[in-house]
Formats: sequence, structure tokens, C-alpha cells
Amino acid sequence: MPDALQLEQLLIRQGSFTLAADLAVQSGSVTAIMGPSGGGKSTLLGAVAGFVPLERGRVFWYGDDITQSPPGQRPLSILFQDNNLFPHLTIAQNIGLGRSPRLKLGTPEWSEIDTILERLGLAGMGKRKPSELSGGQQSRAALGRVLMARRPLVLLDEPFAALGPGLKQEMLDLAISSLSEAGQTLVMVTHDPDDARRVAGNVIVVAEGKAHAPLPTGQALDGATGPLRGYLAQP
Amino acid sequence: MASSPNAVTPSVPRWPGAIAAGLVLCLTLGTLAAVSFRAEWSGGLSASDWAAVRFTVLQAAASAALSIIAAIPVARALARRRFRGRGVLITLMGAPFILPVIVAIIGLLAVFGRGGLLNSALSALGLPLVSIYGFQGVVLAHVFFNLPLAVRLILHGWLAIPAEQFRVAASLNMPVGRYLEWPMLRAVVPGVALAIFLICLTSFAVALTLGGGPKATTVELAIYQALRFEFDMATAARLAMIQFVICATAAGLAWLVTLPQDAGAGFDRVVQRWDGAGLALVWDVLALAGAMVLLLLPLGMVVQRGIAGLTLIPEDIWSAALRSLAVAVVSALLCSSLALALALRRGGVLAGISAVLPLAASGLMMGTGLFIMVWPFVDPAKLALPVTAMVNAAMALPFAYRALAPALEQIEAGFGRTADSLGMTGAARLRWLILPRMRRPLGFATGLAAAMSMGDLGVIALFARSDQETLPLAMFQLMGAYQMEAAAGVALILLTLSVGLFWLFDRGGRADA
Repeated sequence: MPDALQLEQLLIRQGSFTLAADLAVQSGSVTAIMGPSGGGKSTLLGAVAGFVPLERGRVFWYGDDITQSPPGQRPLSILFQDNNLFPHLTIAQNIGLGRSPRLKLGTPEWSEIDTILERLGLAGMGKRKPSELSGGQQSRAALGRVLMARRPLVLLDEPFAALGPGLKQEMLDLAISSLSEAGQTLVMVTHDPDDARRVAGNVIVVAEGKAHAPLPTGQALDGATGPLRGYLAQP
Repeated sequence: MASSPNAVTPSVPRWPGAIAAGLVLCLTLGTLAAVSFRAEWSGGLSASDWAAVRFTVLQAAASAALSIIAAIPVARALARRRFRGRGVLITLMGAPFILPVIVAIIGLLAVFGRGGLLNSALSALGLPLVSIYGFQGVVLAHVFFNLPLAVRLILHGWLAIPAEQFRVAASLNMPVGRYLEWPMLRAVVPGVALAIFLICLTSFAVALTLGGGPKATTVELAIYQALRFEFDMATAARLAMIQFVICATAAGLAWLVTLPQDAGAGFDRVVQRWDGAGLALVWDVLALAGAMVLLLLPLGMVVQRGIAGLTLIPEDIWSAALRSLAVAVVSALLCSSLALALALRRGGVLAGISAVLPLAASGLMMGTGLFIMVWPFVDPAKLALPVTAMVNAAMALPFAYRALAPALEQIEAGFGRTADSLGMTGAARLRWLILPRMRRPLGFATGLAAAMSMGDLGVIALFARSDQETLPLAMFQLMGAYQMEAAAGVALILLTLSVGLFWLFDRGGRADA
């Protein structure tokens, strides 16, 4: 598989904290970012999305240099831990923003939103505000926006972490199945080795100031020899 | 070189903020330039100039000191007692901001004036009468307006003392006053005093109605008299510059002390305490009762006399009411647009300065400057209403900005990244993120600006002829003609419209879309 995302000689500096990355992510793959808390997992994702300024290095998407592109013009969707949905807009509007930031949508787009809602088990809820939905339903709606946006790279910064363990697993599986259908490349932060084992083909280990090149999940999570053995041994 | 894409492209265009800052700078520094160009300094300050400066500073200092002294026991009582109506009382203490000054003065006259309640009682007892005019009247009115503000700000300080400290003090039998309350007061009071001092330096309407004469003329009143009665632009300009220097000095001092902020929330906490029995209870009851009488009696008199006076109001008052409403609405919309545009510059230095500069530039100084600027080209009276709307907008700007800027920061902190990642920039960000989430503070700021403009008796008095009267000006003229009953009737209308306008905008911001 060709490389989709390439991080070339990246260096991020925030005060005394630094993070270096020189790696590539394959097209259509599911990659987990793992490592100790405070190691820079979210920072790495933020750098790819264009939120974290780079000290040096470049970001490529299929060979195009996107280092200078503002977040909204990068070929990616990102879901954060919270505040993915705007509470003052309806679910349908929230999803529609994935396609048009001005919400200039025609009839075909609105019916596309209905289709997505149906597919995610949210049929008929388009006119509701996020606060009228359960936590799981809100996560589905956020996922609906990613589907609507149809951008080829999807970054998940633990958007389902606040859900209970069962629901979290269910949401992750739903995300993987609906996104891989469209051939999207997926990079996600996770703390949970089981999540990684279940859905990710590769793991990027972020620790001690460095984001390592992706390793096959089994190898990365090997408790005896893998790079995360110290981290995984913790209770 | 560091590449920081998100810092390079602002999410909202910066030109509206630049225009707003330009307009405010024109209104403040531009008018300052105009008055400095026209001012005549031959012979320095005249004796009457000095008298005006002295009176201005003295009355402001006395007003600030008395407001604070009276506020401390009231704030303490509110901090340590829980009783029915406590919340209502605290809310009511926020009301003077939207209460037209001249309406309050009608109420104060009804209580403390020549034929008022106090003097009727005194004469019935055969005691000498007191006069509400001059120094004591100006200070009384200022205390009426600023005592509530002082109470709210000092109460904030009291409620910020952690409950654990009172518990520790009680267990050690430490005197709470000396170890907990006195240090808090020492930290909070200077800022509160300066804020009130600054407000009293520029309160024109109080001096206009209760001051006057060589012994009780403020600089602003002197400006008005020079321009209005003597048509002496050189003197007016000189006085306007003096006023600017006084206010800028006070504002500069205030900058150093960092003014306290009325957070407007969190008052419902009552800390459990172990002192305050016995004599302290009597003291608290007296403080609260005294404050309530001082604040509520004049307002009650406005309503009572106003209802009686409604039948006596002149026919043309309704066109004055329409003019007032138009000026207030235009001014409020202008004010909140300016505040929003400046807030969208998010921490820009020029925007920040523009947002506080009107505190240093008094309304009368801006008015004098504009008068001098338009005078060669057009009859200033023709521009009375637009100029009033503009100056009022500038005067309310610091308060509106203070309501909007933190709200915007909160929105950006919560939803900025999601909006960025979706490419919501410019108008889209404003329409789908910022405006809907700012409705509450926007409604509040607009309502505040509308009420402040509605009740303003400042620039309008400088510019208007009788055919452009607003309600406060019409009231002032009725009072000057000793038609106090009719004036009270107009006061009731003005009060209703001011409060109504504030309520309408504030409510509009709260209603769910």
C-alpha cells in the first residue's frame, strides 16, 4: 500500500516539551497512537490537523505539502474528546457542516444527511439539539459529520472516551466499519491495548519525545519485547 | 523558521475591528485634538476654572469615601445573613446602571428636597430645614447611585474568603474581623473607591440638576455653561481639556490598581460563620434597613408621584419619547457592534485601548470636540440626535466590551478547534458559531447600552434645541420650570421605557431559538 500521510523530520516544541516525528502512514490503514500520558499523543494528532505550530519539518498528503494549510483546508476530519457538536445547532446542521462550513446545502445534501442518520440509528433525530440526545447518540452524530465530510483522512482524539466501556467499543467498531467502507485512512489516539488489538493494524508509539514509525500491532503490544512493555506493565 | 499555520490565518477578518477602533479613536482622541486646537490658555487657569476643578475632585472623593463607608456594613450583613429577599435585594443593587440619573433625582428630591418627606418631617418638629442643592446634594445623589455598586463589589470580596478560613478562625477563637475581613477589605476597597471616583468625576446630570453656582460647579457643568449660555468655545475647549486630564489621570491610576469586576453571579453563597450574634445582629439589621430605605424610598416616590403626574404631562412628550427610543436603539446597536468588532480582534492592543478609552474621555468632552468640529459646516443642533447616539455608544462601550470579550474567549476555547477543522471562517464562523453562542452577553450588553443611552442627559443638552428634546431633556426643562408633578409623570414614562428596553434586549438574548 502506498504512503498516504508522511511526516518528514517533524519537530514540535512547547516550552520545555519537544516531540520529534519522522514516519509515514499507509493508505486505507487503521493506526493507533499509544504511549504514556503527557507523552504527546494528542499533540502529534494536533500537528497533523494543523493546530500545533511546528518548529520544523513538513507534512505531506500523497506527496502534496500541506504544512502551511489551515486546519479547515486539510484533507482530514478530526474528532476531539469533547465539544465536537455545536450545542446551539440541530443534529442535521451539525452533520451538514461537514460538507459546507456555511451550511449552504441543497436538497440532495439534506437527504444525504437523512441517509447517514438512518445508517447510524439516529433516524428522525435530525431536528433535535445535541442536548436532547444521549451520550452515545451524540457520538454517532459526530461520526455522522465525519461521514458527511468525506475527507480521506480521519483523526480520532479519543472522542468516545467519556462513554462507558461497552458503548465505547461499540462506537469504535461502528466508526471503523463505516469509515473503512469508504476507504478512509484512520489514525486514532487510544489508551486501551484491547482497542488497538481489535481495530488497528499498526501502532505509533509516542514516548520520551519521539513518535516512532508504525509497528504492526502485535509487535508493538508485545508485553515482553515491545516498545510499550514498561507502559503496559503498569496496572 | 517556525511554521504555524493556525496563527497565520485568523478565523475572522480583522477589518471590522480596525474600523471600530478607528471610529472610537476619532471620537475620543479626535475630539481631544479638536478641543486642544481651540482651547485658549492665555493667563492659565482662571479662578473659576480652579474652583470647578476643586469641586469636581472633592465631590468625587467625598462620594467615593461615603459610598464605601456605607457599603461595608451592608456588604458584611449580606455576606453573613441568609434571609428571604436577599437575592432580590442583591439583584436590585445592580439596577442603578439602567436607572436614568434624572429619574433618580426626581425621587431624591421627593425625599430630601424642599417640599420632600424629610423636610416636611423636620418642619413639623420645628427643626431647621436641610437643602439638597450644592455639595451635599451632589454627594447624596452619587452615594445613591454608587452605594449599590460598592456593595456588590465588596460583597464579592467577602464571598471570596474561603469558608474553611472561617472554620479555622472559629476553632481558634481568632477575631474574624482582624485576620480575615480587614486584609480582604484592604485588597478590595482601593479599586472600588477608584472606580466610583472615576464615575463621579464625569456624572454631568447630577451636577446639572443639584449643583450650580460658583460653589458647586463641576468642570463638565462649566463646559456646558460656557458653550450653551456664553457661546464661548475657547473656554469650553479649555475646560474640556482639563476634564480630560483629570479623567485620564484617574483612569491611569485605576489601571494600576486593576479595577474590580462585577462578575454578576455567585452571590447566592452564604458562608457559615460562628460570629455575628448579639450586637452584630442589630448592626446588620440596621445596615440592611438603612440601605433599603435609602434606595427604595426615592424609587417608590418616583412611582407614587409619577402616577399622580401622568395626567399633567405635556402633549409633545410622546414625540420626545419616540426620539429617545430611536436614539437609544441606534446607540445600543452601534455600541454592541463596536464591542463585538473590537472583541473579535481577540487581545489586540489597539482594540483593548479603544475599548477603555471612553472611560477617560468624558461625554461632555467628546460633545464639545464634536461641536467644534461640525460648527464651521453645519448647525450643531441639526446633528443633536445622531451625535448623542454616537457619544452614548462610546460611553457604554467599555461595559459592553467587558461583557463580550470574555464570552468570546470562552467560545473559542471550547469550540474554536472544531470550527477550525471544519473550515468555518469569516462570516460562516460568525453566523453559525459566535453569534448564536453570544446571544446572552450580546443581549445583556445591548440592553445595558440602550438603557444608558435612554437615560442620558449629557451631550444632548449641549446640542439640542427644544424641537429635538429627548425624554431626559424634556424632564429637565419641566423641572427648570418648576413643573415637578409633570416632570414626575415623565420620569415614570422614562423609567418604564429604560427598564423595558433593557428587559427586551436582555430577554431576547436568553430566549431559546
